[in-house]
Amino acid sequence: MLGAVPWVFAAGLVGYALVAGGYMATVVSFALIYAVFVVGLNLFMGFTAQVSFGQNAFAAIGGYSSAVLTTMFGWEPLPAMLTGVCGAVLAALVVGYPTLRLKGHYLAMATLAIGLITYEITVEWQSVTQGYMGISGIPPLGLGKWTVTSDRGQLVVLIAIVALSLFAAARIRASRLGRAFFAVAGSEEAARALGIDVARYKLAAFLLSAGFAALAGSLFVHVVGFVSPEVYGLHMVILSFTMLYVGGIGTVAGPLIGALIVSLLPEAFRGFKDYQDLAYGVALILLLIYAPRGLSTLFRRREARS
Amino acid sequence: MTAAAAAGPAEVLATVGLTARYGSIEALAPTDMHVEDGELVAVLGPNGAGKSTLLRALMGLVTNGGTVRFRGRPLPRRDPVAVAASGVVLVPEGRGIFGPMTVAENLELGAYRLGRDKAEFERRWTRVFDLFPRLKERLGQVAGSMSGGEQQMLAIGRALMADPKVLLLDEPSLGLAPRVTAEILETLHRLNQGGLPVILVEQKAPLALKLAKRAYLLSVGRIVATIDPREITSYDDIAKHYFA
Repeated sequence: MLGAVPWVFAAGLVGYALVAGGYMATVVSFALIYAVFVVGLNLFMGFTAQVSFGQNAFAAIGGYSSAVLTTMFGWEPLPAMLTGVCGAVLAALVVGYPTLRLKGHYLAMATLAIGLITYEITVEWQSVTQGYMGISGIPPLGLGKWTVTSDRGQLVVLIAIVALSLFAAARIRASRLGRAFFAVAGSEEAARALGIDVARYKLAAFLLSAGFAALAGSLFVHVVGFVSPEVYGLHMVILSFTMLYVGGIGTVAGPLIGALIVSLLPEAFRGFKDYQDLAYGVALILLLIYAPRGLSTLFRRREARS
Repeated sequence: MTAAAAAGPAEVLATVGLTARYGSIEALAPTDMHVEDGELVAVLGPNGAGKSTLLRALMGLVTNGGTVRFRGRPLPRRDPVAVAASGVVLVPEGRGIFGPMTVAENLELGAYRLGRDKAEFERRWTRVFDLFPRLKERLGQVAGSMSGGEQQMLAIGRALMADPKVLLLDEPSLGLAPRVTAEILETLHRLNQGGLPVILVEQKAPLALKLAKRAYLLSVGRIVATIDPREITSYDDIAKHYFA
């Protein structure tokens, strides 16, 4: 029963935003977009215990595909998003195949480089990305004549996408694929000795996480209507890592809880004015001290964990 | 078993000039060894003699050279997945259980290659609990929260879920109380009596020699002696190698 606490909390918060609308709806919308991103990150870092500092690259591929295809070529948002996600997964395949042979710090460095390179491309490839100026006038989500323009409408769509993402993560966790991920996380050597193809499952987790990252990147541009290189900068990596650890790495609910808390904390401390960042920092430290395995694990009995 | 004995026991797993290296360091000199049908072979030696490396080289988990033959066919050299698929299953040093997962999930992972054959899964499942009834009581428990002995049982049980044709064990007694070790070795003995060939790596020579039909003595990366346990009267000869 206690295991439902994080879900009730998240549902309450999102429900409140839906009713309140306005600014709260905007903040929660961004949190939900990040939740999709972190669900993907969690597959790779939580389930499979690998490190990637370069997920922002895949978000950028998704976001810029959406932006360029809709504004320059007049595509519908949906096929543009789909193209972005496919492009990101393809990029992850090309990049992941050689780099996933690396371990620990080396893999982290290689993925960091991928993020930085993608950032440079979005800045320098001006004929397509318009550099620092960015691309504006990106159409909102929709299908044919039916578009989602209101804050609440967007929130509803995002809720549905996040719910589907979480459902997918839960299904993966309980599946044969998910078990293989956890085996790789537990001990690569033991997994190999059991006949589990470690390299293949690392790559699978990487591709999945890239797909979620691209989806999030693409959702962002359609919700905001604008994209620039800064959107997918290194801060995206830092923010998503914070969300993953605060929410609970390796859990299903963690990415959602983390994304909501980390997005809303600065808002909650707005009254502190000059000390807002300080209060936010202290809150994060306290969270990591008192819930080192993440907020979504707080209400779980240790023995019953599966 | 008697028929096989009459025809001469068949070689199950054999190495010809098997070597292993970590980077530029040779950890295993060219090694010839084998295990026959129904045999339990012990590999003894002091710390750092290359016992674990021998098992890892057999599995293809380290850079290796030479040949490993399984029932006459050479096994691929650097492909542990293919080696495991042929039925050579390793219980690694330190058990390698998946700590955050439950006992049941660990066992299911052992049968990872089986796919969806329910009946066969059930057969293996019941066999594991025949041997380790204690695991059945712990199915829902997180594996990492069990005692060392239970974790070792789980590691062996998980290997059995892969339905091994040869079982490789790396120091199952490591860090366990003597009573627990005895219990686990007794189970190994039962498994071996049931016809499963076993290669048992052990530092504690007297324990292993009680079960083994033959033993290889490893020192500084090479086999220095082959021992018939029945001919051992004192451990002085073995001890010599440990302290060499």
